[in-house]
Amino acid sequence: MSMTRRTILAASAATLAAPALVRAQGTQPIRIGEINSYTTLPAFTVPYRNGWQLRVEQINAAGGILGRPLEVVWRDDAGRPQDAVRLAGELLDNERVDILGGTFFSHVGLAVADFALQRKRLFVASEPLTDAIVWDKGNRYTFRLRPSTYMQAAMLVEEAAKLPAKRWVTVSPNYEYGQSAVKWFKQLLMAKRPDVEFVAEQWPALGRIDAGATVQALAQARPEAIYNVTFGPDLTNFVRQGNTRGLFERRSVVSLLTGEPEYLDPLADETPEGWVVTGYPWEQINTPEHTAFRDAYRARFNDYPRLGTVVGYDMITAIAEAIRKAGTTDNEKVIEALRGLPFNSPFGPVVFRALDHQATLGAYVGKTALRNNRGVMVDWRYADGANYLPSDDEVRRMRPQGA
Amino acid sequence: MDFVLIQFLTGLSSASALFLIASGLTVIFGVTRIVNFAHGSFYMLGAYLAWTIVRAFWDWGGREPYLFVAGVIVAAIVVSLIGVAMEMTLLRRIYRAPELFQLLATFGVVLIIQDATLAIWGPEDLPLPRPPWLRGFIEIAGSRFPRYDLILAVIGPVVLGLLWLLFHRTRFGVLVRAATQDREMVAALGVDQRKLFSGVFFLGSALAGLGGALVLPSQSANLQMDLSIIAEAFVVVVVGGMGSVPGAFLASLLIAEVQAFGIVLLPKITLVLVFLVMAAVLMVRPYGLLGKPQAHARAQSGMVEPVLRPAPPILAWAGIAALALAASTPFWAGAYALTVLVELAVFVLFAASLHLMMGPGGVVSFGHAAYFGLGAYGAALGLRYLALPMEAGLVMAPLFAGLFGVVFGVFVVRLSGVYLAMLTLAFAQIVWAAAFQWVDITGGDNGILGVWPSAWATNKSVYLWLSLALCIGATMLLRRFVFSPFGYGLRAARDSELRAEAIGLDTARLRLVAFTIAAAAAGLAGGVYAYAKGSVFPTYISIPKSVDALLMVLLGGVQTVTGPIVGAIAYHGLFVGILQTTQYWRAALGLSIVLLVLAFPLGIAGFARARWERAKGLEAA
Repeated sequence: MSMTRRTILAASAATLAAPALVRAQGTQPIRIGEINSYTTLPAFTVPYRNGWQLRVEQINAAGGILGRPLEVVWRDDAGRPQDAVRLAGELLDNERVDILGGTFFSHVGLAVADFALQRKRLFVASEPLTDAIVWDKGNRYTFRLRPSTYMQAAMLVEEAAKLPAKRWVTVSPNYEYGQSAVKWFKQLLMAKRPDVEFVAEQWPALGRIDAGATVQALAQARPEAIYNVTFGPDLTNFVRQGNTRGLFERRSVVSLLTGEPEYLDPLADETPEGWVVTGYPWEQINTPEHTAFRDAYRARFNDYPRLGTVVGYDMITAIAEAIRKAGTTDNEKVIEALRGLPFNSPFGPVVFRALDHQATLGAYVGKTALRNNRGVMVDWRYADGANYLPSDDEVRRMRPQGA
Repeated sequence: MDFVLIQFLTGLSSASALFLIASGLTVIFGVTRIVNFAHGSFYMLGAYLAWTIVRAFWDWGGREPYLFVAGVIVAAIVVSLIGVAMEMTLLRRIYRAPELFQLLATFGVVLIIQDATLAIWGPEDLPLPRPPWLRGFIEIAGSRFPRYDLILAVIGPVVLGLLWLLFHRTRFGVLVRAATQDREMVAALGVDQRKLFSGVFFLGSALAGLGGALVLPSQSANLQMDLSIIAEAFVVVVVGGMGSVPGAFLASLLIAEVQAFGIVLLPKITLVLVFLVMAAVLMVRPYGLLGKPQAHARAQSGMVEPVLRPAPPILAWAGIAALALAASTPFWAGAYALTVLVELAVFVLFAASLHLMMGPGGVVSFGHAAYFGLGAYGAALGLRYLALPMEAGLVMAPLFAGLFGVVFGVFVVRLSGVYLAMLTLAFAQIVWAAAFQWVDITGGDNGILGVWPSAWATNKSVYLWLSLALCIGATMLLRRFVFSPFGYGLRAARDSELRAEAIGLDTARLRLVAFTIAAAAAGLAGGVYAYAKGSVFPTYISIPKSVDALLMVLLGGVQTVTGPIVGAIAYHGLFVGILQTTQYWRAALGLSIVLLVLAFPLGIAGFARARWERAKGLEAA
């Protein structure tokens, strides 16, 4: 490890001295700087890291990109945006990476996107879900892979609008992701169903939910349906209290991300049945591309893939395809290549839209159920992200000019 | 009305869980005077161990209630043994060190346990499967109430009763109470302190482990448990009065009920509510609900702060050389070096400002990041609402932070020691929660972006020179204060408040002025940092940021004026060099903290000075 490090240092020194010469040799790796909240949310980010690692190994085994191997230099931002920004600077200036990628939390992603704009370097935001990163605060240098809160809310609204329920309550972590998830859901549902009303909302602090009190406060509003945005440990607490206190009985529940194995598996035999969720039924998707991906992942890590795995895997695929198409790592050219770039995900074909730099990666929408004492998704279908975006004109209005 | 009853019962069961954690913390503090950050980690370990042990028992003998109880008790005992091990190997060596050192040592343990837990149990949340008897409920006033929550609600008072019996009916308990009142006297009477302290750690850690194990049926064991509970447990202990078990009970009840009803009325500001309660209690009752002021100031008589002397010429020349070297970096180093140097300049000022309070002022702030963050927000809000350019923003930063420094300082300087530290923490958490949850004004967790310097200073070299001029200039000014009549007055107030007052010094006012100056200086550091990064976030104000500042000061040495400067450079060097490139950086940082505390209790500069003075034949004090 230290040897490669030294070699790389020497190589970057040489690059400084005679860039043209070294470039011409073309043997040094293409470096991707990857920043994520590895210590803050390991349940999601560790499978994610395995995902990009698998893809990098596959690409290198097949001869790399433009004859050069791919290398990822990764950093832990500890969930702090200022750390992410300084690490982005460190990766660019010290490690001399060609492209930036990663981030999990919405606010961290937004901060790095702003940094990418300032430094005019490409940033592929893999996981943050906030819509602002491609719309209100979108910029030329930032691309985002995962389906956004808008897209996932739209997928759920499609199902929610079919429910008879009129009285809704919401429960959501009180930060950017939760706030925008609730805002879009309300807006889109009210547009489809003017007769619904939202009668109460709960905003527990992330990771600090007072579940019993929250459940009781929601029940107090006598809702007919519940929209849940909490995830991780908060979700487990919420579900356990809700189950015992009977909050979910005779009520419809629509829940964001809950079908993702990262969040569904911990619910185990207490998974509530019949929730409408977005997620990833990894064990049931048997398309050739997904089976190949699942088998490769199992062979490499002796584990099953989580949603994070797919995201990490796809991020590397997209970057590799873009560099291949551009024929260079020059960021401006790679950006042009990424705009409108089609690539293949384990989920199927995906396009990075030229309009707003959002990928059309979708999500699986279905219902939760119990099978053999664990939660699974049933009646699911793949909702292609391309079908759940606002009209082009609306996007243009939200996105800054010239971005 | 039914709803009120149910919500009250819900609050009661959270109060019980909270009380278990807080009672352990308060017992440990009462006797050993250690603010044990690792208490939250013991709680987390209790949950993880219970997850493993209870499941093993269940696999063996079926999912019976008595096996659950046995598993919980075994988990609590294992945790208490870990607690004793920490006391015997680490804390026992540093009982004579300043309070803050012990606190930092336990913070190091927190970091180590976090990574150890991740390595042992993996990243996923681990829920304990609930057999039907754990899912049961009873109907109360037409609503379903979890039976387990009802049991929890009873366990709290039961444990309180058991603790009362222990403290009033056993020799150990009597000794614990005696030590809480006056531990020197207990030692003088021939009680073996080591056994007593280990015993207290055994009890306290067992309570924490028990708390962790008991919440497992209602939530999963996860890696965020430790820090999310510890802040609340501190609040309970401080509100209740440090060392008072009944106080902890009352306070858990108060906090849990405020939360249970608060989320109904004000669902969006849950974070700030708890700390508002704490600040309010401390303003009215500075020693908590059932706490008493510490009877004797005798503990301080043993430790004499060394005399501060102006730096020897050789150090001054070394400083000038280092500054010249830093200022010339743009001519020979790359862009990344400039970024690091700007950060160094900022942290030097940040650490120096904290040191003014901690060293000469004797005021240990545990929430200094608040002023750093307020400075940064001052600049950013100025930009956002008044369109202030960078020049005005950099004036705004220290003013904004200084203004809050005065307001908070008025309340802070009335207290001393750990209470003071905890009140500064409460204010910092209030500021943090406001920045985090007042989305309309501050942008919430997204922060405020686009805080870039004016055109003339966008060049990295220019900005480095600007930062050096401002931060190092302000640091030198702070040094001047220390050796001015004001600084002497401040030190007099620290060393002997009574004598200082007798010769006509207004000690409270001196401290307030020092507090304000320190806040303004930290604000300036925050402002310079904001323009360097182009953004401002609530995380600038978070607890880890305050800990960073403390680490810098203690690493350098609190008893020297050069300490914070050396400490900031060493700490940031450590961060840049090692921490950000290793996977287990938290364990690495934790170990460095523990080693620092054990090997260099005087800090780097303190160590160097001790050597220097011994070589020169100067008396240390």
